[in-house]
Amino acid sequence: MRSDLKHISNWVKEGDRVLDLGCGDGELLHHLQSTKKTTGYGMEINPEQIVTCVARGVDVIHQDLNDSLDYLDDASFDTVMMTQSLQQTRHPDVLLNELVRIGKRAIVTFPNFGHWTTRIYLGLRGMMPMSKTLPYRWYNTPNIHLCTFKDFEVLCKENGIRIIQRTVVNTNHEESWQIKLFPNILGQVALYHVEKETV
Amino acid sequence: MPKEIPADSVGIVAPQVAQFDEPLTLRSGRVIESYQLCYETYGTLNEDRSNAILVCHALSGHHHAAGYHSMDDKKPGWFDSAIGPGKPMDTNKYFVVALNNLGGCHGSTGPTSIDPATGEPYGPNFPIMAVRDWVTSQARLADRLGIDCWYAVVGGSLGGMQALRWSIDYPERLKKCAVIAAAPKLTAQNIAFNEVARQSITSDTEFHEGYYYKHDTIPRRGLALARMLGHITYLSEDSMRDKFGRDLKTGKLSFNYDIDFEVESYLRYQGERFSDAFDANTYLLMTKSLDYFDPAADFDHDLAKCLSKSQCKFLVVSFSTDWRFAPERSKEIVDALVRAQKPVSYLEVDAPQGHDAFLFPIPEYFNFLSNFLTPAGVANA
Repeated sequence: MRSDLKHISNWVKEGDRVLDLGCGDGELLHHLQSTKKTTGYGMEINPEQIVTCVARGVDVIHQDLNDSLDYLDDASFDTVMMTQSLQQTRHPDVLLNELVRIGKRAIVTFPNFGHWTTRIYLGLRGMMPMSKTLPYRWYNTPNIHLCTFKDFEVLCKENGIRIIQRTVVNTNHEESWQIKLFPNILGQVALYHVEKETV
Repeated sequence: MPKEIPADSVGIVAPQVAQFDEPLTLRSGRVIESYQLCYETYGTLNEDRSNAILVCHALSGHHHAAGYHSMDDKKPGWFDSAIGPGKPMDTNKYFVVALNNLGGCHGSTGPTSIDPATGEPYGPNFPIMAVRDWVTSQARLADRLGIDCWYAVVGGSLGGMQALRWSIDYPERLKKCAVIAAAPKLTAQNIAFNEVARQSITSDTEFHEGYYYKHDTIPRRGLALARMLGHITYLSEDSMRDKFGRDLKTGKLSFNYDIDFEVESYLRYQGERFSDAFDANTYLLMTKSLDYFDPAADFDHDLAKCLSKSQCKFLVVSFSTDWRFAPERSKEIVDALVRAQKPVSYLEVDAPQGHDAFLFPIPEYFNFLSNFLTPAGVANA
């Protein structure tokens, strides 16, 4: 079972209409459907994963997240989720704004490029960092738009996106007092619960 | 001919005929007083009649969707790849019904049937059928078979349009709806191709305004041309290149207007074979039904509104190289279903076969269909 499910579940209400962008094999949606009676869809680009979603009874739409999501109405979902995919998209800023347009609230998770190991890797070795969370070389990584927690929060601010809650964890999605003290240095993965600021 | 029946085949099957004497009022306003529907069934209807799947056919299809009529048959039914034990429409679990649509030429009442009013074949006087008319007649067949609610309605191309129409007109009578390689309506280009096909038939001197039966002839060349044109739109550029390339029939150019290239030979063969087996008036009728299909037109051209009453789960499938009904056209259906907040799953299958791909057992496509009809669940890691 995915270790981020518990955190994400806490932010989803009973009966919510949920859209999961980059839903993979549908495990998260299936979990939410069975524990929280949610409805909605996943979106996924990989056909094998799509076929698995359907075997689970999870509704899934074949979609490249770099393509327009224009056709989805404003606030047509209670929660739009995007776990570990934002950094892989061509225009994360555009997509983040779409998330809070389509969803009343959005949940975004991504790896922290500001983790101390990453900083030391680049600082001392002078090479693009590789780690358990970032296992790729610079030329074959799907993570084309990596950022730190600080970077993300600046982007939110610039776009009028309010951070409702933030949970920073290690790769096993565990919290600790050390991480709480220095999240942008010790945290490996951040889970953000955000919404559009109402004017 | 099959030397022996494959283990995953439904085996030897026989068509059945159902007679209907209750008049059917059509979209055109015309009425068919009585008619026959020719159909086949595969598998067994369970006790609570909850396992029935209706398969709707495309332009040139019919009731013979699976299995063989005899050991002399060269080929099985047109959707045999998907119907049978262990196949997506698993006949160990489901009771599959396939019929020849009204206006067809394979046993159901159509232009070649005798019009009781005149004692002669209907010919061009047979009413043009709308997709909704077919669906109404299919609902009557369901009544006859004691099926209140289909477990699923499945169709490709024009068949997919019938499946979609079912979800709009009889929302409470189907649980699942699979719309494959279809479109919510035809484009100007689609209609243009159909018009050229119709012109090929009607301008054949043997057509005789559709009364060719009286002259003991058929518009063979016109029908063959129509089929050749249609066939080009069913294939993709890639699949034609792979299949024929620029291969020459005799190895050298002839410098006359006979067949030079393999692709010409293939198309002529397809056209001729088709014109022997299909009725020209039926072909005209089927292309008109396609052209007229536009369910959203009754709902301010808002497809989401049109689908708002549907109660079933949807599966929509498109194929990457299909340019007759391209993936974007399937996506229009998906977008409308999402806006209408209906359960839908969608897959664009990467396949080289063009529109025809929906008949091929492409693993990704068949697994998708199979998992939709029979969700097996996934063990959590």
